[in-house]
Amino acid sequence: MKILVFLKKTPDTESKITISSNNTAIESGDVKYIINPYDEYAIEEAIQIKEKNAGTEVVIASFGDESVRELIIKGLAMGGDRGLLISNEGLANLDSLGIAKVLAGAVKAEKADLVLVGKQAIDDDNMHIGPMLGELLDWAHVNVVNKLVIDGTNATAEREAEGGHMEVYKFALPAVIGANKSLNSPRYAALPGIMKAKKKPFDVKKPADLGVDAGSLKSKVTVTSYQYPPQKAAGQVFKGEAVDAMVAKVVKALREEAKVL
Amino acid sequence: MKVLVFIEQRENKLKKASLEALSVARKIAGSAASVAAVVVGGSIDSIAGELKSHGADTVYTASGASFENYNVFNYAAAVQQAIKTFSPTVVLGMATPMGKDLFPRLAARHDAGIATDLIELEANGDKIVGLKPMYSGKAYAKVTFEGTSIQFATLRANVFKADASDGSGAVTKIEVAAADSKLKTVEIRKDKSEKVDLTEASVIISGGRSLGSADAFKILHEAADVLGATVGASRAAVDAGYASHEMQVGQTGKTVNPNLYIAAGISGSIQHMAGMRTSKVIVAINTDPEAPIFKIANYGIVGDLFQVMPILTQKLKELRG
Ligand SMILES: Cc1cc2nc3c(=O)[nH]c(=O)nc-3n(C[C@H](O)[C@H](O)[C@H](O)COP(=O)(O)OP(=O)(O)OC[C@H]3O[C@@H](n4cnc5c(N)ncnc54)[C@H](O)[C@@H]3O)c2cc1C
Ligand SMILES: Nc1ncnc2c1ncn2[C@@H]1O[C@H](COP(=O)(O)O)[C@@H](O)[C@H]1O
Repeated sequence: MKILVFLKKTPDTESKITISSNNTAIESGDVKYIINPYDEYAIEEAIQIKEKNAGTEVVIASFGDESVRELIIKGLAMGGDRGLLISNEGLANLDSLGIAKVLAGAVKAEKADLVLVGKQAIDDDNMHIGPMLGELLDWAHVNVVNKLVIDGTNATAEREAEGGHMEVYKFALPAVIGANKSLNSPRYAALPGIMKAKKKPFDVKKPADLGVDAGSLKSKVTVTSYQYPPQKAAGQVFKGEAVDAMVAKVVKALREEAKVL
Repeated sequence: MKVLVFIEQRENKLKKASLEALSVARKIAGSAASVAAVVVGGSIDSIAGELKSHGADTVYTASGASFENYNVFNYAAAVQQAIKTFSPTVVLGMATPMGKDLFPRLAARHDAGIATDLIELEANGDKIVGLKPMYSGKAYAKVTFEGTSIQFATLRANVFKADASDGSGAVTKIEVAAADSKLKTVEIRKDKSEKVDLTEASVIISGGRSLGSADAFKILHEAADVLGATVGASRAAVDAGYASHEMQVGQTGKTVNPNLYIAAGISGSIQHMAGMRTSKVIVAINTDPEAPIFKIANYGIVGDLFQVMPILTQKLKELRG
């Protein structure tokens, strides 16, 4: 079985996000970049499937610039077998459907049986790629997966829906799975592992090498500007009074000022 | 501009947030153009009837056993059929777990653009322009569409108002060829609570690590019962096993947008605030006056939540009398 895991480079969750002075970009200067947190669950799941199924190959892939190489290598250090960097040269601002088309090209070129992605990238917060890949490949997709069981070419996945509903699906591979946080606990890639991972096979390809027609990759959705969320006015904090009195003041304010009760 | 709205239901109950999308559709469509709704489910006649008074001119329905439970293949086939019949310029839905699963698949099927989780939406001629939170709400992006015959968009719940307005409300059954679903639903498990989902709740009371046990969450549930609120939790409380994962608010949990968010014994980490900072009114209860949560709170009480919560519950009861 061949598993393809897609990871995206995203800012660390602690990063301060700064908008460029012309409002059209996010400054990358001070930002620390990481593997999108949900993609670590995807990588871990692929490795666990490989550990249970001899002869499985795990390919760690990303569509980005040269700087995603070190993140792919981190995935290899966790236990991936081969790295694939798909260059986004000239395509850095592609919209999600464009990205999905490039990734679908990679899936076909690699003849993967199972694709693992994160449920959502924490930069664009889209949740698009998993379902889109399913459609473009004409495969099943299950996104926001808390539990996955692979049994030969059959699989069962539990998807977290609203109100604590868990939808349990059965399906045949090939399929696209979007990893949620409860899926597993990602292992830590230690330094010696990273040194070794640098020697693992690593390919760099262009979309055209994967049979993707660059002409079909025109963004249909564009970010024209960024803005900061409105600042909240300083709140009223009560302290040092009797609890009863403080609670009474807050309830009154919620009723009369904020009008939410 | 012709706008089609996907109306959500679970267990044949209308998801109220869908009416928000219908109201927005009415506004951006302009008076001359028509608004259509599509409802997919097991038995949905009463839902279809309700949509007239919220501005739907045409209501497409696809009902029957194969639509009883959400299945992306069957539901996509039904909405696709409605799109084919109505030829909309814009297809709107809500940024709920269902909407976020269905819409990207539909957008790819129609080779169309999609914008997700919008908090503002305007029409500009035949185009829509949206505002979309990114980076867990640390920045908002203005998004525009180009080179797409259909524009797909989902809206964040609780942001737009669900206004009543008149539509002609003609109900049309659409015939959907059975989709060859590659997914088979084995089971839909529910946790015990019948509470409104966090992402749609208008009041949320969340507890943190300081609750100290699953049992202690009872004092939050007591207040929640009075307010019709949903109880949430910080990741520290979830990791400690005091609360279930579905209750987690934040970067790696749910993004919520209630009218009132009460944070009890939550410090206000960046990751927690990422999930709740857009709440309209925030109340923080914390023993530490320096806790970061007070920086984004509209109202705060420096005090012990075990003393504050019971008094709060009592006062709310008196108010609701
Ligand atoms: C990648 C990543 C993702 C994360 N995602 C999330 C997420 O989605 N959601 C999330 O919540 N966290 C998330 N976290 C964790 C986050 O960093 C914090 O650790 C967590 O939010 C802290 O939870 P807390 O406020 O309950 O606990 P603490 O930070 O320990 O705060 C407890 C607070 O309770 C107060 N307190 C103590 N006793 C009382 C009392 N009797 N009455 C009143 N107040 C009292 C204390 O003063 C303190 O402020 C994430 C972290 C990382 C690294
Ligand atoms: N540029 C990319 N390269 C590789 N994988 C990606 C890329 N963008 C998104 N993904 C994958 O798709 C998932 C969902 O992303 P999104 O739809 O943007 O929220 C991510 O968690 C990644 O696994």
